[in-house]
Amino acid sequence: MNDSPLLRVERLTKHFPVRGGLFLRTVGQVHAVDDVSFEVRRGETLGLVGESGCGKSTVGKALLRLHEPTSGSVYFEGEDVTQMDRKRLRALRRDIQIIFQDPFESLNSRHTVGKILGEPFVIHKVGTPEERQQRVARLLERVGLDPLAANRFPHEFSGGQRQRIGIARAIALEPKLIVCDEAVSALDVSVQSQVINLLLDLQREMNLALIFIAHDLAVVKHISDQVAVMYLGEIVETEDAQQIYKAPKHPYTQALLSAIPMPDPTASRDRVILSGDVPSPITPPTGCRFHTRCSHATSVCINRKPVRERVDVDASIACHHWERIESEPRAQTPS
Amino acid sequence: MPLLSIEDLAISFETDEGIVDVIDEVSIELEEGETLGLVGESGCGKSVTALAVMGLLPRPAGRITGGAIRFDGHDLTQLTSEEFSRVRGGQVAMIFQEPMTALNPVHRVGKQLGESYRLHHPDASKAEIRQEALRLMDHVGIPAAERRLDEYPHQLSGGMRQRVMIAMALSSRPRILIADEPTTALDVTIQAQILELLRDLQSEYGMSIIFITHDLGVIAELASRVVVMYAGRVAEEAPVEALFKSPLHPYTKGLLASIPRLESESKSVLPTIPGVVPSIDELPVGCRFSNRCEFAQDQCSQAKPALETASEGRTVACLRWRELDQDVVVSA
Repeated sequence: MNDSPLLRVERLTKHFPVRGGLFLRTVGQVHAVDDVSFEVRRGETLGLVGESGCGKSTVGKALLRLHEPTSGSVYFEGEDVTQMDRKRLRALRRDIQIIFQDPFESLNSRHTVGKILGEPFVIHKVGTPEERQQRVARLLERVGLDPLAANRFPHEFSGGQRQRIGIARAIALEPKLIVCDEAVSALDVSVQSQVINLLLDLQREMNLALIFIAHDLAVVKHISDQVAVMYLGEIVETEDAQQIYKAPKHPYTQALLSAIPMPDPTASRDRVILSGDVPSPITPPTGCRFHTRCSHATSVCINRKPVRERVDVDASIACHHWERIESEPRAQTPS
Repeated sequence: MPLLSIEDLAISFETDEGIVDVIDEVSIELEEGETLGLVGESGCGKSVTALAVMGLLPRPAGRITGGAIRFDGHDLTQLTSEEFSRVRGGQVAMIFQEPMTALNPVHRVGKQLGESYRLHHPDASKAEIRQEALRLMDHVGIPAAERRLDEYPHQLSGGMRQRVMIAMALSSRPRILIADEPTTALDVTIQAQILELLRDLQSEYGMSIIFITHDLGVIAELASRVVVMYAGRVAEEAPVEALFKSPLHPYTKGLLASIPRLESESKSVLPTIPGVVPSIDELPVGCRFSNRCEFAQDQCSQAKPALETASEGRTVACLRWRELDQDVVVSA
C-alpha cells in the first residue's frame, strides 16, 4: 500500500479583491481562505465543517482550481496542482471530481440523463458508442436508479434522484477523490440517509477519498474519518471524527457542537451560546480570529495569532489556551 | 377549550394536472401558552396548513374545501378578507424562514418596526414611534439599536434580520406566533441564539407557538407536543418525549432512525426509508405512506387509516399500529 497521502494541501490561501469607488479599484481583500493545510489519505473522508463564510466551499473549489489559489500548494499524488498547465489539469479532472448541493444546476436540463452521463466518456475518449451506453446503464444501476432513466430528462427526477445522477457522473471515470460540497444538505432526512449510505458504499468499493464539506455536523461526523473545523478562513482544529465529538478542544468547536439541537428531548441543554455574529472576512480580527466571540480570550489572543500545533497523531489545534481550557471542568457534559 | 382548533381541514390546489387534495382532514389543537411542533418533510403540508390559519393561502389556486379553523369563538375559514386582516398581525402573527419576505427592502428598519404602532396609535408623534421601535429592537437583543434603526434590511446579518422580523411579529402582542422554519437558513450558533430568544419571549408574553420545521433536533428542544405530517395528512401526534421514545407510526419510526446522530458510530450504515416523498399529483391510494412502508399490507393501499387515539394525548393514523406496537414490546 502507498502510505503517502493522496492529497496534501499546504498553506492554501485565497483572497478575493473587493472593488469600489469610481474606477473600481481594489479597496480591500476578502480573506476567504488563509494559510490552510491538511492531508487526505486514500479511501478516507475528511469532513470540512464551519458556518457560512468560513471558507470551506472556497477550499473545495481552490483544490480543483475552480478558484485560482492566491498562494499555497496542493499536492495530488505528489504533483503540485497549482503548477499544472491546462492539459495536465484536464487530465487531473479524471481523478478529482466535485459534487454540489443542487444537482439540478449542474445538470444540463436539455440533455437526457444518458447523454449527461455519457459525456465524461466522450471527453476523455473512453470506449465505443455502444460501450459507453453499457457503461451509462451500469452507472445508473450502481447509484440505485433504473437504467431506463437514461432516456429521461433531469427535471423528471426528485432532488434525491438528481443527486444520484450527479454522483453517477462524478464516479463515471473512477476518480480517486470526490469533493462533496453540501451534497446532501438540500435533501429531506429520509432521502439524505439513502445518499449518505450510497457515498459510503462507493467509497468502500472504489477506495474513494472524499472531502465532505457541510454545515451539518452530525452528517459530517457520520461520514468522516477526520474532521477539520474552519472559522473565518482558517482551520482551528483537526481531529479524528469520533474524538472531536467526544472531546472538542477548541472553544469554537465546543460552541459549535453544543449549539446543535439534539433529536432527544431528554438530553441536557447546557450550551455555550456565542454572542454576536461572525466578523467580516474583509477585516478579520487581529490575533486569533475567534477572540471577539471567545469567552476564554485574553490579551495574547488579541495580539498574537495562535499557531496550529499537532497534539496527537491526527489532531491539531490553534488556540493559545487549549491546555488550560481542557483542564477546567466543562459546563457541558457529553451524555 | 383549546386556543386554536383546526378541525378536519381540507385544502385543494388547482394544478396543471387537475385539482389536488393537498391537505386532507387535518386536525390540530393548540393550547394556551404551549409550543406545538409541526414536523414533516417537504410537501407534507405543514406550511400550507399554517398559511390557511393566517388566511394567506395563495388564491385562486388554493382553496379550503372543508373543515374549520376555530380561534376565539370564530371560524376563521368563514371570515371575509377584511375581517381576517384584523386577526392577522394582531392576534395571530407569523415569521418565516427568509426575513426578506416580510421586510421591505426600500424602507429603513426603524420605519418598518414603528409601522404597527403607528397604525394602532394614529396620533403618535414621530419621536414616540421611534421610541417604540427602539424599545422593540432592544427587546429582541439587537445591539446598537439606535444606529440600526436607520439602516436598511440588507445591511443586517441574517440573524439580525430574523430578530427584526420577530420584533415586528411581536409588536402587536399576538396570542399565537406561527414560526415557519425561522432558523433553517441560519448557522447553528445563530440558530441557538434565536431559539433562546423565542423561549424567553414566550415565557414573558405567554403566547402559544406553532413551530414548523423539518429538523427533529429543533423540535426535541423547543416543542412540548408534536404533530408529524406526511403527504398532507397527520401521521401521528404525541407529547414530545413520548414521540421520541416510542414513535407509533412507521413513518415517524423511519424518520427518527434515519437521522445521523453525533453519538452514533462513524461510517455505519444508516437506516433508511425506501423511495421518495410522493409528489402531490401521485399520491398513493389508502395510506399515503403505504408505498414506502416496510409494514404495509394489502389493506394499507386500499383503506385510508383514520386518526385513532392510542393513549392519553396520543393519536396515530396507521391500520397496523396496534400490532406493530406489540412487536416492539415483544422484541425489546
